[in-house]
Amino acid sequence: MQELENLMIKKAVELLDGGVVDRVIGWKKGEFYYDNTPATFYKKEELNDFVYNGFCGANLSKYLVAESKKGGKVLVFLKPCDTYSFNQLLTEKRIDRDKVYTVGIECRGHLNIESIRARGIEGVVGLEEKGDEVTVKTLYGDAKLKRGEVMLEKCLSCKTKKFAHNACDETIVLHEMPEEDPNKRFSMVIELEKMTPDERFAFWKSQLSKCIRCNACRNVCPACTCFKCVFDNPDSGIAAKANDDRFEEKLFHIIRSFHVAGRCTDCGECSRVCPQNIPLHLLNRKYIKDINELYGEYQAGAEAGSRAPLVDFREEDINPGENLKEGK
Amino acid sequence: MFKVKLTQLNALLDALAASYPVFAPIVEAGEANYGEYKAGAEVNLFKQTVKSAKDAFFPQSQDLMKFRTEGKKIDIIDLRRDIAPFVIFGVRACDVKSFEILDRVFLSEPVDTFYKARREKGVIVSLACAKPEESCFCTNFGIDATAPKGDVTTYTEGEYLYWIPNTDKGEQLTEAAANVLESADKADEKAVEEQKKRVGEVLRRLPNGDLDLSEFKPEKLNELFNDPDWDELSQSCLGCGSCTFVCPTCQCYDIRDFKTNDGVKRFRCWDSCMYTDFTKMAAVNSRNFQLQRFRQRFMHKLVYYPSNNDGICMCVGCGRCVKKCPISMNIVKVIKKVGGKKHD
Repeated sequence: MQELENLMIKKAVELLDGGVVDRVIGWKKGEFYYDNTPATFYKKEELNDFVYNGFCGANLSKYLVAESKKGGKVLVFLKPCDTYSFNQLLTEKRIDRDKVYTVGIECRGHLNIESIRARGIEGVVGLEEKGDEVTVKTLYGDAKLKRGEVMLEKCLSCKTKKFAHNACDETIVLHEMPEEDPNKRFSMVIELEKMTPDERFAFWKSQLSKCIRCNACRNVCPACTCFKCVFDNPDSGIAAKANDDRFEEKLFHIIRSFHVAGRCTDCGECSRVCPQNIPLHLLNRKYIKDINELYGEYQAGAEAGSRAPLVDFREEDINPGENLKEGK
Repeated sequence: MFKVKLTQLNALLDALAASYPVFAPIVEAGEANYGEYKAGAEVNLFKQTVKSAKDAFFPQSQDLMKFRTEGKKIDIIDLRRDIAPFVIFGVRACDVKSFEILDRVFLSEPVDTFYKARREKGVIVSLACAKPEESCFCTNFGIDATAPKGDVTTYTEGEYLYWIPNTDKGEQLTEAAANVLESADKADEKAVEEQKKRVGEVLRRLPNGDLDLSEFKPEKLNELFNDPDWDELSQSCLGCGSCTFVCPTCQCYDIRDFKTNDGVKRFRCWDSCMYTDFTKMAAVNSRNFQLQRFRQRFMHKLVYYPSNNDGICMCVGCGRCVKKCPISMNIVKVIKKVGGKKHD
């Protein structure tokens, strides 16, 4: 990891010095190893605080929407999954490609401090990553864990470690990146499909009733780039800050997930940032699975400029309701 | 001092719930949040709640009044009702302290009658911390996590929950649970004292337990406001409301009218200074950039509120924002960066 970080810093310095870019988006060191913050670096001296370790799960591609409205050119480091968001944003013309220099970086899956805490390992003041082993230093002594036990959900069910087509100007990859079992990705969706409608309703009622409407899922989502969200518009008649009952926020999540259907690349950020750990990605994954089954395999962001099945009519497209008929 | 086995926790809550509505940290879909206790609920006293306990007195959404219209006639319907005494169970020292901070806002003139009605009827059963986390920094705000106040103070140690009534309300509550509570002896008192010593030692070595807050003085308001570091600190803020909604001391709210079939319902709900429409007024919005919104939150907590409230910070160091911010930016980082240099 250290070697990779050094190469990334070297690349950033080279591009800043050469005048190719005038700023760099990456991650900045936190206090406890696990609390890195996305940050923009303008001078090479600032890169002393640059970090790339197992806690850089944050997807940086959405920051490019604002960054590419500014002058100059920006270097961004993208993990494989982030490159799909990047391409999707290009497709939707939210990023000016000419103002961005992209470097694809190696990813071994990122870690989740909440999973570590959930194992009763609390008071985490530092970590060490070595191969597949993670040593956690806490206020109450040390603990050893396997990487795979404490990865982010989005990494445990990683769709692919291949970079999206043409997304990277160059890549920094030192080791082979092993793929996760592809069956994992839809396994929970299949579980939900197997439930009776009442069971499924109970599942979502219990999960979505936790929502506090902080909007973190929406604000982090690279597919949510409306300049002004309808839920933030006081004139829209759907003022969003109060609910009548705890389960009312289901409507927000259903509407939001449908709005990003076909555009969601399954980057998993919505679930990563949810303070209540609601598995919001399952809504999106259900639509992705359905799209795959009804229109053929489709991965949003795989190719910039591609037409998504939901906005691309073809005569052979399945008719509405056809899939729900007996025997299908 | 009294005690009850932790395996009998639900029996204790059942006993209390027979006489009072009880709000306790209840686990639903994997997360603990304060909610009304119902028999058989999964109560977790060891996990920090995602939202703080402030909902008990200042609910996230609350109806204020109704207007019924009939032709040109408007009836104003007062929705305030007498509130029965209720119990908030398992409140940590930081959250107990947050009530004092909220009181200074809601109970000073003009008194917020909705808040007051609930506040007066709340019976607080506090819970001492047995295992502080690295995100905790309550020690900066004169809080002793091993000795929370409240009407009753409780401790979890070994297989017992220990129960110490502090006030008349607390004594009444003890009466209500008399069938479940048993008397504690000298050995129990010693166990509690030992826990306090052990936890006190952890509190002394909290990584952010001794922050330098001396720079946040009202007379430096302008210099702090104009600090160039707000730009860097706020640059990747998503503008979501996680920090404000999990915070025990954030108390800004919005009041809106909702049209019903025969009139209007007026409600209030938590608002967040991080939101774009927070300062939207008839003509303008005075905070157009996330930097301004971000700065507001921390200036309010560290400078404005203390200026009006005898130097008391509007933060209790519970660490919820530290744990929950999607980009890991938080008040500790702000205190270190902005407070780490002179503003003369």
